[in-house]
Amino acid sequence: MILNCKGLNHTEINKSIRKAIQNGEKEIVMNNVNGQGYLFAGVKNGIKAIINGVPGNDLGGMMDGPSLFVNANIQDCVGNTMNNGKIVVHGDAGDILGYAMRGGKIFVKGKVGYRCGIHMKAFGEKIPVIVIGEDAGDFLGEYMASGIIVVLCKNKSTLDSNYLGVGMHGGAIYIRGNIEENNLGKGVAISSLDDWDKNFLTNILDEYSTDMNSKEKYDLNSFVKLSPLNSRPFQRLYSY
Amino acid sequence: MSNIIPEFNVDKNEDRCIKCKVCVRQCSEGVFKYFDEFDLIRIYNDKCIGCHRCEMMCPTDALTITKNTALYKENSHWSSYTINSIKKQAETGGMILTGSGNDKAYVSYWDKMLLDASQVTNPPIDPLREPMELRTYLGKKPEKVILKEENGDISLETKLAPQIKLETPIMFSAMSYGSISLNACESLASAASKLGTFYNTGEGGLHKKLYKYGKNTIGQVASGRFGVDTEYLDTCAAIEIKIGQGAKPGIGGHLPGEKVTVEISETRMIPSGTDAISPAPHHDIYSIEDLKQLICLIKEATNYEKPVFVKIAAVHNSAAIASGIVRAGADVIVIDGFRGGTGAAPSVIRDNTGMPIEIALAVIDQRLRDESIRNEVSIVAAGGIRSSADAVKAMALGADAVYIATAALIAMGCTLCQKCYKGKCNWGLTTQDPVLTRRLNPAIGSEKLTNLVTSWNLEIKEILGSMGINAIEALRGNRLRLRGIGLTELESKILGIEHAGM
Repeated sequence: MILNCKGLNHTEINKSIRKAIQNGEKEIVMNNVNGQGYLFAGVKNGIKAIINGVPGNDLGGMMDGPSLFVNANIQDCVGNTMNNGKIVVHGDAGDILGYAMRGGKIFVKGKVGYRCGIHMKAFGEKIPVIVIGEDAGDFLGEYMASGIIVVLCKNKSTLDSNYLGVGMHGGAIYIRGNIEENNLGKGVAISSLDDWDKNFLTNILDEYSTDMNSKEKYDLNSFVKLSPLNSRPFQRLYSY
Repeated sequence: MSNIIPEFNVDKNEDRCIKCKVCVRQCSEGVFKYFDEFDLIRIYNDKCIGCHRCEMMCPTDALTITKNTALYKENSHWSSYTINSIKKQAETGGMILTGSGNDKAYVSYWDKMLLDASQVTNPPIDPLREPMELRTYLGKKPEKVILKEENGDISLETKLAPQIKLETPIMFSAMSYGSISLNACESLASAASKLGTFYNTGEGGLHKKLYKYGKNTIGQVASGRFGVDTEYLDTCAAIEIKIGQGAKPGIGGHLPGEKVTVEISETRMIPSGTDAISPAPHHDIYSIEDLKQLICLIKEATNYEKPVFVKIAAVHNSAAIASGIVRAGADVIVIDGFRGGTGAAPSVIRDNTGMPIEIALAVIDQRLRDESIRNEVSIVAAGGIRSSADAVKAMALGADAVYIATAALIAMGCTLCQKCYKGKCNWGLTTQDPVLTRRLNPAIGSEKLTNLVTSWNLEIKEILGSMGINAIEALRGNRLRLRGIGLTELESKILGIEHAGM
């Protein structure tokens, strides 16, 4: 089904999406999207959507299942507390991408803003993943409890943003290139990849390349892994 | 060796003690230790936290816990608490952590306000024989109501914003699964459902076992976003965005790793044994416009069917913030005063930050009235409400309902020892240790809570009757029925009430 979003506000678009799902639509092409926020908020369905135009803040917030393919840039707070599904972006992303993401995948072709992937979570097999093609802003993966972030640094040789992974107490950030100690947040350690990491990266990068219509292969030996030094970074702050 | 003098003395009367070892088994702090070879119970005073569990459980009344009055030489400036804090900090280099609410001797304005009653010219009502209405609806109210008549049937034309219906204006405030045990959560949930009111999940998500109480559940969304998924949003009857907490304004939540068990790790989706961090700022909210964005997201995700609460701590500019929150589209504002409790907070913050709920409530209600937006929002007052009298005074000052939490914990056994952060609560409340959580039977906890609120309901009806009014609605924001006692002119002005005699 094709939905022309011109002149519609976010509530009207979301109503049309919910109605399309009720009618059993499996795929929806949304044209002329222009800054409308909260699209697919809380939607529980495996519907596929192709979004033409720039969607507004909180795209896919708290959503549970849809696959969104955006042929433009995206704004702030995309994938906020997203529970499941996929967001593929053929462009750049704004700040706080994937805040407290609980599951699903976000693939970005270009760069992302500040505080991407903060508070990411996971339990058991349910692991959220964010893959970023170019670079990421400061505070990447702040307070990360679990989950995985991959930064491919295609536009530069190394990620030179600051406070990377500050306050993280679980999960992992894989970065292509070398990382200077002084770019790291407090309590974060750099290590090389083990077999589990390499296997995971191989699979996720294959999926990323497919979604980005690219045949690019990545040398897994050029990645480093950031993980928490200690599972309780704030333990010694208090006197009992 | 610690150089801190014990705060409490544990006295055991040897004539009464039958060496049954109940005290040894009951004390999670390890105050009592039994030595088989000497048939002796040794007491370690320095470990006692003054919770009185052993005293209450001892079958022969052999134990007495007393405050160590000879702690340090009497000094009005350097209290024993101050001296011990300095010593602890000198030993550890850490901030002093504490639990529950501010216990310092600040003024309580509840104790400086008296209620009016009817005499001769406006007769009181006997609540035992006449109907008294406590039912309360929380949510945005329309500016005006338009009715339409069709074939003699009258119906409402105005579209109402979503409301939640309370049979009593008392709800249970946010305490997360994690900070309190699942049995304590279930006691609150089941009591709320029996009473026709609501309890709040706190920021720790909702355990599957509690989904059945969803109709009486307010789900919290805090900066850590623990347990927030579509199932949670669907199950809860209302959603509360937590910006701040009265006990620790500007300070985030911190659930120590000791309390993060496997089940909590599943509910919160964080690794077990790690600290659960909910930092003070939501990093997607730096302004009223950003708050509006999160409110909108929640409303879109729940199809505009559920009221959205925003909870803030009472601070100096609360009135202006409250006005912004209304304009951001919240349906209910929760204001948490500085006496509100916490599972863990640095004592320097708990004891020195924020402001009394009485003042915050009065100025917020007045500000929203002055701006003609009071109908746009319901106000819930929280933070140290101790009795039905406090609740009634809060409603006369402008609250639509009150939240209670410390009182609810006390009903379930808490003795306010303030060691919630240790995770060893002897009453099975603020702990996840399976041996300790078994001490609270949810059926009994629920019954105690139901009794507490039922008795407060009776008292509120008596108070309303004595004022000659028959509905809680007629008391809301009715400051004429309050008088100050021992207030300065400025205090009376801020509270918006006359002094007794006026």
